[in-house]
Amino acid sequence: MSREASGRVDLLVIGAGPAGSLVARDIAVAGHDVVVLDAGPRFENGRTDRMEAHLRPDRGPVWPRDPERDAYTTDGRHYPLAASRVKGVGGSTLAWHGMAPRLRRRDFELNSRHGVGVDWPLSYVDLRPWYARAERALGVAGAADAPEGPPREEPYPMPPFPPSASDRILAEGAEQVGVATYTAPNARNSKESEDAPACAGYGTCRPVCPSGAKYTAERTVTEAEAAGARVVDRAAVRRLHHNGDQLTGARYTTPTGEHVQEARHVVLAAGGVENARLLLLSRSDVFPDGLANSSGAVGRYFTDHLFAGVGGQVDKKTRQHHVGFHTTESSALYDEVDPVVGIKLEFLNNAGPTPVGVALSDGSWGDELRDRVAAAYGGHLAVGALIEQLPDPDNRVRLDPEQTDDNGDPVPRVEWSLDDRTRRGIERANDVQRAILEAVGAEVTWTVDSETTGPAAHQMGTTRMGTDPTESVVDPDCRSHDMRNLWVAGSSVFPTGGAMNPTLTIAALSLRLGDHLAGVLAEEKR
Amino acid sequence: MKLTRRDAMAALAGGGSVALAGCGGNEHDPSLPIDDVAAVAEAVYPSEVTGYQEFVETYIRGRSRGATGYRQALDQVAADLNAIAREWFNGPLPALSRADRDTLLREVGADTAEPRPDGTLAERTRYYLVNDLLYALYTSPTGGELVGIQNPPGHPGGTASYHR
Ligand SMILES: Cc1cc2nc3c(=O)[nH]c(=O)nc-3n(C[C@H](O)[C@H](O)[C@H](O)COP(=O)(O)OP(=O)(O)OC[C@H]3O[C@@H](n4cnc5c(N)ncnc54)[C@H](O)[C@@H]3O)c2cc1C
Ligand code: SF4
Repeated sequence: MSREASGRVDLLVIGAGPAGSLVARDIAVAGHDVVVLDAGPRFENGRTDRMEAHLRPDRGPVWPRDPERDAYTTDGRHYPLAASRVKGVGGSTLAWHGMAPRLRRRDFELNSRHGVGVDWPLSYVDLRPWYARAERALGVAGAADAPEGPPREEPYPMPPFPPSASDRILAEGAEQVGVATYTAPNARNSKESEDAPACAGYGTCRPVCPSGAKYTAERTVTEAEAAGARVVDRAAVRRLHHNGDQLTGARYTTPTGEHVQEARHVVLAAGGVENARLLLLSRSDVFPDGLANSSGAVGRYFTDHLFAGVGGQVDKKTRQHHVGFHTTESSALYDEVDPVVGIKLEFLNNAGPTPVGVALSDGSWGDELRDRVAAAYGGHLAVGALIEQLPDPDNRVRLDPEQTDDNGDPVPRVEWSLDDRTRRGIERANDVQRAILEAVGAEVTWTVDSETTGPAAHQMGTTRMGTDPTESVVDPDCRSHDMRNLWVAGSSVFPTGGAMNPTLTIAALSLRLGDHLAGVLAEEKR
Repeated sequence: MKLTRRDAMAALAGGGSVALAGCGGNEHDPSLPIDDVAAVAEAVYPSEVTGYQEFVETYIRGRSRGATGYRQALDQVAADLNAIAREWFNGPLPALSRADRDTLLREVGADTAEPRPDGTLAERTRYYLVNDLLYALYTSPTGGELVGIQNPPGHPGGTASYHR
């Protein structure tokens, strides 16, 4: 396949994850020329081999990385960046879990309501129709049974997955401690659709779904290509080119050479860290602090969700690991104000070890191994949670002054730490998680607390959205304040991140962006 | 508990060797070390498991289809183990008792070795024989039943069992 540049196109999209591919699809459908460049490869077929690689410790990585290409540094609390994203056509959704909730109304109004963080320049109501379209694009299965959940205008496109056996056990405990639950929305086919089969129960959704029932952005890429978009893999964009007022295109490197793709508009959709990095890398004499950075906000306000969890064992069968996704969540703690941080609880369906995991790591065999596997599989239960982290300008992505990547460009440096409010949110989640487990008679065996917590692979905030060009990077349409033909897609535009998994919101914003951009392109061509 | 061809097919579908249509039961390939692998299976599988000869045959045949490197490596490790079996126990692997096979595997170090496809005999035995067989068993419905899970990870057993 040729990786040479096309002639000047209407739209260049950088990144073939969900953020970029949804825009690419809709602009191509509207009849415009679109080129998508992605730094990673197309991972063809072999999904069951990848599953085996995941289940067997003696096999290679599921989604191979390139340590030089993906190099990074961190300062403060360690941020495991390479493990928190996938580079390739489909982006990080190749590995994602597929949990697809909407943000809640409170998330858009944090400052007005509680005097912390910032408000979004959009309301839940503004985004609501785009959420519905996003749920259709990702094929979300769910039930409108969330108590005080964000108001919906239509049912989910896919019927819900029923609660699991362990959900039913945990629901009793949750009820005793006054925690209401609802069906977790899942971007995964609960029944066959035109473009994907029903979930087959392989149980390895994260990091790979062999059946294709879990949504990945490969599905959208296929639609984009069918509509005429050109998608080029192994094409790492290194600089955005401009003429002072406008972007003119981008320089990219492939295994066989370097090219410049010219474009009328550019959508930057390279993920929550690379979006900022690419703007910073594109600094020049005219823009010494990086492109589209008159606010100084590019790279700042980096946030993620923190994981909190408590696990234990009961003396009965909990039927873990039959499927690889979760079916029950709770937002009972979400709107609490001491501390003001969103908390979403998740009942896990994959607590404890898998049989094959024990079998291949134990070292024994025969009857002895069978008994050990059965004992280890046991009666595990666990409640996880996502905790909101509020934006802080000192949590940021910058260019590392010392280390360079395979192309000789400075690697991203993630400077990141946790504040007390986030820690208290984790502790609050732990208290309730423990109470639920104890209410069902479980012996608590592990806790992920404010010391042992880690990020949930949701990189947000580094090109924040706002109405004030001195404080934000993009406007409410995700269009750069400084360069009007630059648009940014993805969670880097989130002013705050709530405690809901981000991708449905990313998709909603991309669909909205695509709609605006299609209008702009049509106008320009008139 | 009897392993079936269905178990092997399921493990294969899991393992990616999808050319199952031609996997008919009467298509015998005498050059594959089926008996040797089945002999190892008997040693590493729980004692109540039966039917592993057919299971192993279907599994190995599916795995080796179009995978020349795998076939050669499997042949090599089977030949190396047989050579040692003859030397230490005066007979090829399939002729040894279950206890002698167990001893042989431990003596070569397959119980403690890291699984490596291009490593020492112990490492290759762990990779191509022990781990492959344990993977096939514990991702199959029958292997799952042995330890209390009808639909183990790696097996596409549908979405009914998780909420029962
Ligand atoms: C293990 C895991 C589990 C997750 N689970 C969930 C979940 O359950 N729910 C949820 O909502 N979210 C989840 N996420 C997060 C989710 O995957 C991301 O929010 C989503 O994929 C982000 O979409 P994106 O298109 O912005 O970025 P990505 O999907 O990361 O795609 C960005 C693409 O840009 C490409 N790129 C980067 N730099 C360049 C460059 N310089 N030039 C060209 N291309 C470039 C990359 O190769 C990549 O393909 C999970 C993530 C991980 C890693
Ligand atoms: S359980 Fe997960 S991995 Fe298995 S088919 Fe369903 S979505 Fe895919």
